[in-house]
Amino acid sequence: MTTMATPTQNQPTTTTPAPVYNPKSESTTVKRIKSTIFHIVALALVAMVLYPAIWMISASFKPNSEIGGANNALWSNNFSFDNFITAMEGIGGVSTLTFFTNSLILAVGAVVGTVLSASISAYAFARINFPGRGLFFGMMIATLLLPFHVVIIPQYIVFQQLGLVDTYVPLLIGKFLAADAFFVFLMVQFMRGLPAELDEAARIDGAGHVRIFGSIMLPLMKPALISTSIFSFIWSWNDFLGPLLYLNTPEKYPLPLALRLFVDQTQSSDYGAMIAMSVLALLPVLVFFLVFQRYIVEGVSTQGLKG
Amino acid sequence: MTQSPTLSRRSTSSAPSQPRKSRRRGADARAGYTFLLPWLLGFIALTVGPMISSLYLSFTNYNLFDAPKWIGLDNYTSLFQDERFLQSVGVTMQYVVFGTPLKLAAALAIAMLLNSKRKGQGFYRSAFYAPSLIGASVSIAIVWKAMFGDSGPVDQGLSFFGINLGGWVGNPDMTMGMMILLTVWQFGAPMVIFLAGLKQIPADLYEAASMDGAGPVRKFINITWPMLSPVIFFNLLMETIHAFQIFASAYIISNGEGGPAGSTLFYTLYLYLRGFSDFRMGYASAMAWLLVIVVGIITLIFFKTSKSWVHYSGDSK
Repeated sequence: MTTMATPTQNQPTTTTPAPVYNPKSESTTVKRIKSTIFHIVALALVAMVLYPAIWMISASFKPNSEIGGANNALWSNNFSFDNFITAMEGIGGVSTLTFFTNSLILAVGAVVGTVLSASISAYAFARINFPGRGLFFGMMIATLLLPFHVVIIPQYIVFQQLGLVDTYVPLLIGKFLAADAFFVFLMVQFMRGLPAELDEAARIDGAGHVRIFGSIMLPLMKPALISTSIFSFIWSWNDFLGPLLYLNTPEKYPLPLALRLFVDQTQSSDYGAMIAMSVLALLPVLVFFLVFQRYIVEGVSTQGLKG
Repeated sequence: MTQSPTLSRRSTSSAPSQPRKSRRRGADARAGYTFLLPWLLGFIALTVGPMISSLYLSFTNYNLFDAPKWIGLDNYTSLFQDERFLQSVGVTMQYVVFGTPLKLAAALAIAMLLNSKRKGQGFYRSAFYAPSLIGASVSIAIVWKAMFGDSGPVDQGLSFFGINLGGWVGNPDMTMGMMILLTVWQFGAPMVIFLAGLKQIPADLYEAASMDGAGPVRKFINITWPMLSPVIFFNLLMETIHAFQIFASAYIISNGEGGPAGSTLFYTLYLYLRGFSDFRMGYASAMAWLLVIVVGIITLIFFKTSKSWVHYSGDSK
């Protein structure tokens, strides 16, 4: 069991030397055929898996009459941006741009809060020896497995009594208090992989914990900080239950809630616009994925993060 | 193994020099709790406190406006006479019991397919992973609903093969299949974890097995499965716990009602409806605690049974 090191890309850790026992069992043609079959199978599977996404994008450009019904071809001669124009108008007098801004405020708040609080707390778990550390660490791990539904009712009651319902406070406060234990755990694992000599040397030079954390640990933790930022952004962007519980005024809605409102009000009358808005809501996540692909997939494979 | 199914603790700081030891220990204790403060505050205010009060609320009648009224175990006993509750348990169990193994089987099969040194690995891995990132979103729930609706692409595709099921969304017998397909579609995250695990299995094990004349099935049973068992265990535990908590997709697909005929009334959706639309918060708290207990028991069973089939490389071979 090793703690995660800097991602070493796809390199398999054990490269086999040329097997000694029978060097020329497969001719190059057999190999080529096998490889072609592999790619055909893999590409067919990719097409199947990505079909819903492709269908969604295609439908978002089609006129309503061509979505569902007799015409399900992915290609249409009537592609247009009309659905997106309707979708951008928003719903209930609130423009879609407002929903975007709201989602962005929540997601950026989540990233800032999570990165700050999780890295600070992780430093305590990974680098400082204090009584009770093991106990608290165990509890932190336990919260990873805890269904969070057990806390939402009392939390709601408290926020309601404090008059904080219909504000962003209940949605963001947990981020600033390291409530997503996954990120704390991820950073603890990462910090434990950094050599202990670093701290010792800094201590001999008279540096305190604040200095060690700020000028030694944080810069070295960049990969973990980036994974945390990406995932907390995406989780916040896609979060539905939190906003559903706490927000009542459409002007404050982030995209997922706006989408639900859209579904409720238009029902199936304007399918195209509904799907166009779904595409718009996913757009930042898709862009993130394309840009940070490596970090995201490496993050999952090394830390077991969920998508 | 790169990610950590075993959450073992490792001490990092080496022993300090003798004379400064006690002074430093005091300073460390202070520093430790100072740095821990954000998490500790959150843990107390947002987890432990609420857990205790929801335990208390679960023994009361509480509607958010009047003071909670103690009713003992009434919430718990009436749960088991509540047909909608029992239905939500059935729906969720079906989803967990069929969805999770199917998802993991797909993840493992495709991870094994991809575990070679051929070109294009990075592309395939990313393409298969993408649905995991968006699958639980409201957008995808809307798309799923459209795709599985009357004469949507799924219905049409099946009709092409002579299977006429109509729309799945409105058919109580088909909605579970649709929800399970949605979770199986997100096999990418466990697949990526399996792939990382597969890459750690020494290739000479397979070579030795080949020389002994073992076929692919024997290799899978005798090498892949045992060597991968810690990762399988980790994925199984996390995905199972995750599956119990499905909410957004069910809410959107059923317009927040759990229909048709209660076929998508997932546990958390029913909890939400009881707590936040009927304002029966004591009742919903009892549901939440029951979920914690069930998930706890399942986790315990997983860990207990794991001894017989999960092999850590530290164990004797």
